[in-house]
Amino acid sequence: MELKVIEPGTGAAAAGGCASSGCGGSSDALAHLPEHIRAKVHNHPCYSEEAHHHYARMHVAVAPACNIQCHYCNRKYDCANESRPGVVSEVLTPNQAVKKVIAVAANIPQMTVLGIAGPGDPLANPGRTLDTFRQLSEKAPDIKLCVSTNGLALPDVVDELCAHNIDHVTITINCVDPDVGVKIYPWIFWKGRRVKGRKGVAILIEQQQKGLEMLVARGVLVKVNSVLIPGVNDEHLKEVSRVVKAKGAFLHNVMPLIAEPEHGTFYGVMGQRGPTHEELQTLQDACAGDMNMMRHCRQCRADAVGMLGEDRGHEFTLDKIETMEIDYAQAMEHRREVHATIEANREAQRKKSGETFISIASIKRAKKETRPVLMAVATTGGGVINQHFGHAREFLIYEANATDVRFIGVRKVDLYCAGGDTCGEAETALAKTIRTLSGCEAVLCSKIGYEPWGQLEAAGITPNGEHALEPIEEAVAALYHELAAAGRLEQPAPAAARMCA
Amino acid sequence: MAYQIVEGCVNCWACEPLCPSQAIVAAKPHFLIDAAKCTECVGDHAEPQCAGICPVEGVILDSLGVPLNPPGSLTGIPPARLAAAMAEIQAR
Repeated sequence: MELKVIEPGTGAAAAGGCASSGCGGSSDALAHLPEHIRAKVHNHPCYSEEAHHHYARMHVAVAPACNIQCHYCNRKYDCANESRPGVVSEVLTPNQAVKKVIAVAANIPQMTVLGIAGPGDPLANPGRTLDTFRQLSEKAPDIKLCVSTNGLALPDVVDELCAHNIDHVTITINCVDPDVGVKIYPWIFWKGRRVKGRKGVAILIEQQQKGLEMLVARGVLVKVNSVLIPGVNDEHLKEVSRVVKAKGAFLHNVMPLIAEPEHGTFYGVMGQRGPTHEELQTLQDACAGDMNMMRHCRQCRADAVGMLGEDRGHEFTLDKIETMEIDYAQAMEHRREVHATIEANREAQRKKSGETFISIASIKRAKKETRPVLMAVATTGGGVINQHFGHAREFLIYEANATDVRFIGVRKVDLYCAGGDTCGEAETALAKTIRTLSGCEAVLCSKIGYEPWGQLEAAGITPNGEHALEPIEEAVAALYHELAAAGRLEQPAPAAARMCA
Repeated sequence: MAYQIVEGCVNCWACEPLCPSQAIVAAKPHFLIDAAKCTECVGDHAEPQCAGICPVEGVILDSLGVPLNPPGSLTGIPPARLAAAMAEIQAR
């Protein structure tokens, strides 16, 4: 029996690779892409699920103005305690932004990517956005530059973006049908006028699609972001996925709507709900037949700094970077060394995981069919299980079955606000974490306290600290094996888990 | 003849680069219009640019103190229909 684990349909490009995420078999959605695209996203944490364990990104908030209104956005963006798109603490000038990027690149050498994502629309502030890119492409040539846009102004600046070596662009496309869009966008600002309702949405959609086509024609990698809004565009996003794939977008990132009354957004105030974990996963799975899906998005702030899911922005405030003396030529040398070490680690992990996959695949020959299981993982990065349960602010969710381990998504414990007890009902932190893990049957972490252990077990979630410092997929596969050997997988999933397992 | 920005402005910067007369000042606690410079865009644009892009209802007033973007004009939901619209959205 052939033991190599390769998902059906991953094709020839994967066949020569390895069995771990990132280049061959199981969980990386990019595995089947042509080599030149994989090379481009290899160390891009926002485009490659596997890379996000190892590399960091940053956003600089140079682009405050916006040319459209989305019902999920509040244009009042100054909040230090919230972590979500469109929120920043201070708007920077291009010169300040360049200084900040250089400071971060020197101090966080694993930072490979600089994105401009707002807090408004970067291309509605073309002067500020392009000036930042122009300076950085000269001063820090080893940093990848990306931009995220609503697409309205995109066709007008495509050529300029290409001139500054921007080879990753994200367009937020929530619909391709104006009748859906009228429930999302009340107006756009177009050629000196506010255009309301369906007419405005039709212009927006046309510009987005035109911009997408122009970028693809110029060889720029395009990711499409969509916000899943239950009852508005949920079914429609399957169509969006088909359309953007046909036009050449290489990755689709369906994100859950964030809508809380205290955010002051239209949806928040009006009581529009966001999707459940299960709704999000079901839709992502439905789109996955047509398109590479991104599932590790953390929906970061427009001034986030650090690994995905982490924000070290407070270490690089304007007054702090003012006092930093940086020799970038020297920093670039150091960055090269750090990246080489990371790559060596990734290579070693890949080899190790490959061995595990062979042993886990051999279970397939056991007599009994075992069902798939969702497991949560606590990690601070590096692709290994290395975080204490009590310190985890988010969990990576994996689905294991007898032959494969697949990355499903990320769940944040405090998805919307880190402001503490002032923002929600008096739910204990532990109860909140357990609720976040609904549907999971095990949680892997480096260590776990006595009290959470008991409460997790009571909730039907098996805590596990036995695989500390092991590569994530290897540990998930091993734990699956252990559960199978203990006969746990012959019984149906516990009631709580059944709904999404 | 000049418009003014009042409390409620969220300092989003959208209006500032559009003003043909450079009349908008990034002041604290909120942006302001320099009345000596504001032309209400007459001669430059068919519609006043600041009020055309402003995302907040009721924060830009004309010289009589009347909001250029009255309640309901930007959300597309007139105040009378607010409760019904809310019920519709919450049923999703």
